[in-house]
Amino acid sequence: MSFVKLSASALAIAAVSATAASARDQVQVAGSSTVLPYASIVAEAFGENFDFPTPVVESGGSSAGLKRFCEGVGENTIDIANASRAIKDKEIKACAEAGVTDIVEVRIGYDGIVFASQIDGPDFSAFEPADIYNALGAQVMVDGNLVDNSYNQWAEFNADLPDVDIAAFIPGTKHGTREVFEVKVMEAGCKATGAYDAFLAIAEGDDDKAKGKAAAKMCYKVRTDGKSVDIDGDYTETLASIDANKDGIGIFGLAFYENNTDTLNVATMSGVVPSTESIATGEYPVSRPLYFYIKKAHIGVIPGLKEFAEFFVADEIAGPDGPLAEYGLVADPELAATQAMVAAEDVLTN
Amino acid sequence: MSDASLQNGPEMGTPRAKSSLLELDQRTKKRNAAEARFRAYGIAAIAVGLVFLVVLISSIFFKGVGAFQQTFITLDVELLESKLDKTGERDIEKIKKVTTFGYNPLIENALKAAMEEAGVENPFAKGKDLRKMLSSGAAADLRDFVIANPDRIGDTVQFRLLASSRVDGYLKGRVTRESLARDKNLTPVHLDVVDQLKDAGVVAKSFNLGFITGADASESRPEQAGIGVSMLGSFYMMLVVLACALPIGVAASIYLEEFAPQNWITDLIEVNISNLAAVPSIVFGILGLAVFIQFAHLPQSAPLVGGLVLTLMTLPTIIISTRASLKSVPPSIREAALGIGASKMQTVFHHVLPLAMPGILTGTIIGLAQALGETAPLLLIGMVGYIASNYPGGLIEGFMSPNSAMPAQIYEWAKRADPAYYERAWGGIIILLVFLMTMNIIAIILRRRFERRW
Repeated sequence: MSFVKLSASALAIAAVSATAASARDQVQVAGSSTVLPYASIVAEAFGENFDFPTPVVESGGSSAGLKRFCEGVGENTIDIANASRAIKDKEIKACAEAGVTDIVEVRIGYDGIVFASQIDGPDFSAFEPADIYNALGAQVMVDGNLVDNSYNQWAEFNADLPDVDIAAFIPGTKHGTREVFEVKVMEAGCKATGAYDAFLAIAEGDDDKAKGKAAAKMCYKVRTDGKSVDIDGDYTETLASIDANKDGIGIFGLAFYENNTDTLNVATMSGVVPSTESIATGEYPVSRPLYFYIKKAHIGVIPGLKEFAEFFVADEIAGPDGPLAEYGLVADPELAATQAMVAAEDVLTN
Repeated sequence: MSDASLQNGPEMGTPRAKSSLLELDQRTKKRNAAEARFRAYGIAAIAVGLVFLVVLISSIFFKGVGAFQQTFITLDVELLESKLDKTGERDIEKIKKVTTFGYNPLIENALKAAMEEAGVENPFAKGKDLRKMLSSGAAADLRDFVIANPDRIGDTVQFRLLASSRVDGYLKGRVTRESLARDKNLTPVHLDVVDQLKDAGVVAKSFNLGFITGADASESRPEQAGIGVSMLGSFYMMLVVLACALPIGVAASIYLEEFAPQNWITDLIEVNISNLAAVPSIVFGILGLAVFIQFAHLPQSAPLVGGLVLTLMTLPTIIISTRASLKSVPPSIREAALGIGASKMQTVFHHVLPLAMPGILTGTIIGLAQALGETAPLLLIGMVGYIASNYPGGLIEGFMSPNSAMPAQIYEWAKRADPAYYERAWGGIIILLVFLMTMNIIAIILRRRFERRW
């Protein structure tokens, strides 16, 4: 009896592997978990409106997605990588080594990063980058001297802030969001408090550029005494941490905040309220572009790939009134140029 | 045995002499008290366990039961020829050119008409604001209908369309006017309209079959998401596990139990099988990634690979339970069979195996149930984080094309931004628990019905 079953299952596996070589008919997308909601909204609408099957969307992070993207050309590799940051030279090189030479870069819009706290918690309503740096930096300026950060409460360095213990939940280093936080908030705060100049004075390097880089790196260091907590998971995990700690502040994507306005209270940055409008005009400082990358070699081979890319950046999808903007994406003011680029299949050059 | 020693109590002398069976002495009382205490501890432990179980089950039930109900808005939509088929040729290719966005005005008109009929004043200047009460998937329902029935263009057809997740949340009590104060997807004014439409019978809650059979949806449409596709993924995985683990496990245990010589090699194998059963499941995930995906180049996220990984995990369970049930068949049966001239193999397949079958099946079903709820090994082979939005096209595609699994789908929903997905995650847990309970009950029934005691 078991012999019959064994041979039956062996036959089944043989039959299955024989057909594995048949052509793939749906577009495969993987990458950033920030871009994932947008990509899945577009994929859903694409499946509804075209005769092509709904594209397959996976998450996993920008770096992981680009790594899979760069594995090579062929039906068993993905067609599109989503990224919440631009592709790095290193990755372009890795791609080229695997034979992925022609890459089309598509910017779909901008994403805002907001600071929010529990709605019933203390009143964190206005932050400056300097406040965040003073609260979270590893070394801060006190009376003109660079010292290890020993601030316990927000009010110690800014009387306008509530006198509660500092507790911040920031994205872990594997997130693209962390990079934006470092560059747009920590570095800006570092410069505003004068810590950057102090770092520059002690920085090692051959020339000014190397020194500046080293100083910026010092600015990115966050304190390690437990007042700043790295969250490696998703925003839901940050939300849970905030729920458990009413004095805590957390970093969220704008779209996530807009879906949870009933529990979160957002703070202004440099006096600007984060919203799709203030990010589109560039007033709100903490934002970043979102991208996806297309393997040009797959266009024409995988049915629907180009149509999907064009549909993604179409006015009715990625425009200011489209479903992506409704979900929280900040529409790209230069969308028309992107549409032309996708239509012409312009590839990255370096 | 003086009077003095009696007065000083038992610890001073010999209590036995004067003790009576009817009167308990100090030491017996102590022992009885210890037993009573121990019983109380036992009952307390069970009570704590029961309380936790009740809290767990009831919180799952109350949080998840909402997912099985969904708010629908019933509308009479006029399928305007001027919007859908300007040429009037009923050419299906031309009708397909009209995207879902082109259907939005029809929905707006139908909503306005329904409000007029119910005597509700329209507080919105823009039709787009009005449409926020409906799911953005509503237009797709219309389009699918028109493409399937192009001859109905020009008619007025009644549709039961999904309400948006916030309207649904309002009817379920999750969304209130206060919580919408700063929301940009819906305003409290919408809720006033919803209240009146509800009285008019246009908006109503009903059973949500789509949650059980449907595909996963994007983050902007929690109302449309269902667990159906990932259920199929789990189903195909279980088929693979059954087809691989049962024959391999049974063959291995029969050989080890009935044929293998007793030496240090078989001892080593036995110890390792017991150890394998205790290996954390994530280890099998890494093994699956290295062997099936990176070495054998099987497709990522495919239920076939998931099933193979879970097979590895389930094998020790099946081998151990199969060996136990083979062992419980009394040796007299083997000896009788051998004695009348049966070969070793005939003995095993004609007598021992049929008698051990109920135990083997029970072990297999419990192993399958364990595999059904497993998430960790699936993390590494790409089945977690996959959006299960396509039904597999056929049997082979069911095994090979990427899919998710039920526990992975629940995890995926739990981490999405929209709070409406949270409810769906709990609903998914209910479905998963129903499956697990059914499998365990089948195992119990099989055992009760067919098990023989010697």
